[in-house]
Amino acid sequence: MSFDVPDDLGYMESHEWARNDDGTVRVGITDFAQDELGDVVFVELPDVGDDVAKDDEFGVIESIKAVSDLYAPVSGEVTAVNEQLFDAPELVNEDPFGEGWMMEIEASDPGELDDLMSADQYRKQVE
Amino acid sequence: MPLRTPPLRGAHDDRGASFTDFGGWEMPVEFDSIKTEHVAVRESAGIFDVSHMGEITVSGPDATALMQRLVTNDVTALDVGDSQYAMITDEDGVVLDDTVVYRLADESDATAEDDGESYLFVPNAGHDEEAYDRWTGYRDERGLDATVENRTEEYGMFAVQGPEAESLVTAAASDEVADLSRFEARWAAVDGVDCWVARTGYTGEDGFELIVPWDETETVWAAFDCQPCGLGARDTLRIEAGFLLSGQDFDPEENPRNPYEAGVGFTVKLDTEFVGRDALARAKEDGVDETFVGFRLTERGVPRHGYDITNADGDRIGTVTSGTMSPTLDEPIGLGYVPVEYDDPGTDVNVVVRDRPKRAEITTTPFIDQ
Repeated sequence: MSFDVPDDLGYMESHEWARNDDGTVRVGITDFAQDELGDVVFVELPDVGDDVAKDDEFGVIESIKAVSDLYAPVSGEVTAVNEQLFDAPELVNEDPFGEGWMMEIEASDPGELDDLMSADQYRKQVE
Repeated sequence: MPLRTPPLRGAHDDRGASFTDFGGWEMPVEFDSIKTEHVAVRESAGIFDVSHMGEITVSGPDATALMQRLVTNDVTALDVGDSQYAMITDEDGVVLDDTVVYRLADESDATAEDDGESYLFVPNAGHDEEAYDRWTGYRDERGLDATVENRTEEYGMFAVQGPEAESLVTAAASDEVADLSRFEARWAAVDGVDCWVARTGYTGEDGFELIVPWDETETVWAAFDCQPCGLGARDTLRIEAGFLLSGQDFDPEENPRNPYEAGVGFTVKLDTEFVGRDALARAKEDGVDETFVGFRLTERGVPRHGYDITNADGDRIGTVTSGTMSPTLDEPIGLGYVPVEYDDPGTDVNVVVRDRPKRAEITTTPFIDQ
């Protein structure tokens, strides 16, 4: 089975993706991760204004069968969370790189993005 | 120890199933998605490979005496082709396992005995050897004349469940099965294969369970054109129905419970003589301190096995034994034990989800209309 791995994103070993738009970093989980989890039924996200640190837990995602922590790809302040997921967590399954995004961070050190895996590196991890 | 594999392991793999270790068996947990499979069973039909369930036959002149001694229900109430739910308890009345006991029809080649009644009972995954040892041990200790055979790896078992199950099984069977009432069973040819077809199940839906010769499971499985379902959907379905899961909602080591605590006192017939009877007679007379209840969360969160249940003051009063986000109701529901003073429907409690108490309300089970 092959999974969608967009080329323009950075990836974590723990299956989060990060999209950098001038230091505002949008975060979600990958197509591979949503498939492994199965039907997503609950997402717990930080509040806007919270500070998160790179590699620290920022939330929790639950499917019917599993609970997983979510990890931040960069440090910074949370500037937006996808509140749609509270009522429609299945968006993570349906559109993990689009409507299923989770939060945006104003990166305090955009250089941290360089530590993320490229799409090719991530493909090797999940294939 | 290597995992035991169901006869259709390869076929399930080809179909894209993911697998899990369940009671020492490598079983399909999910084919498409738990929700898709769950909804199929509630709205149309699904088929489950439950070949991890044990099959033990007991026959011979003292078969009834042996069965009666080792299960809590009254097996003498069974006519040929009847079945009943029963508990297997120890001397203290603690539930070791739950089971369905079938009184077999004698015409089956596989189980024919010239003298006395014959029974088939179905212990849970991984309990077949323990049950076999228990049955043969009591037989030998009491000098009973009964043949006990562990046939777990001679038979596969499928569950066809859902509102369309009757039409599916009727279409696949060359013998009449639609007239079976709940908990009735008979031998019937399904796509030419002699199967023990029972109107039983574990989903809260109408349905059938088929016990199928191991080598012919592929033929019988292929006779059903409906959604294949894994153990994931089986779990969400049975939680909605309020049914116990052995090893999770009771466990002789981790969570010892008697049948009255576990809400299955109806399976205990105190006018019969069985292991644990005296202890259960006392338990019935004295009453229990804790009971098995259903609850639903009124705040966002998903209850899981092992989470604490607390009262309004924050004191721990019980434990969640099973929980899920109900695919049918789209709300978080669960099962667990609380002190009897908290067991009235409508009582407010909390379930502690990752250190945060979430409001919950005790509810009646089943959670769904049956």
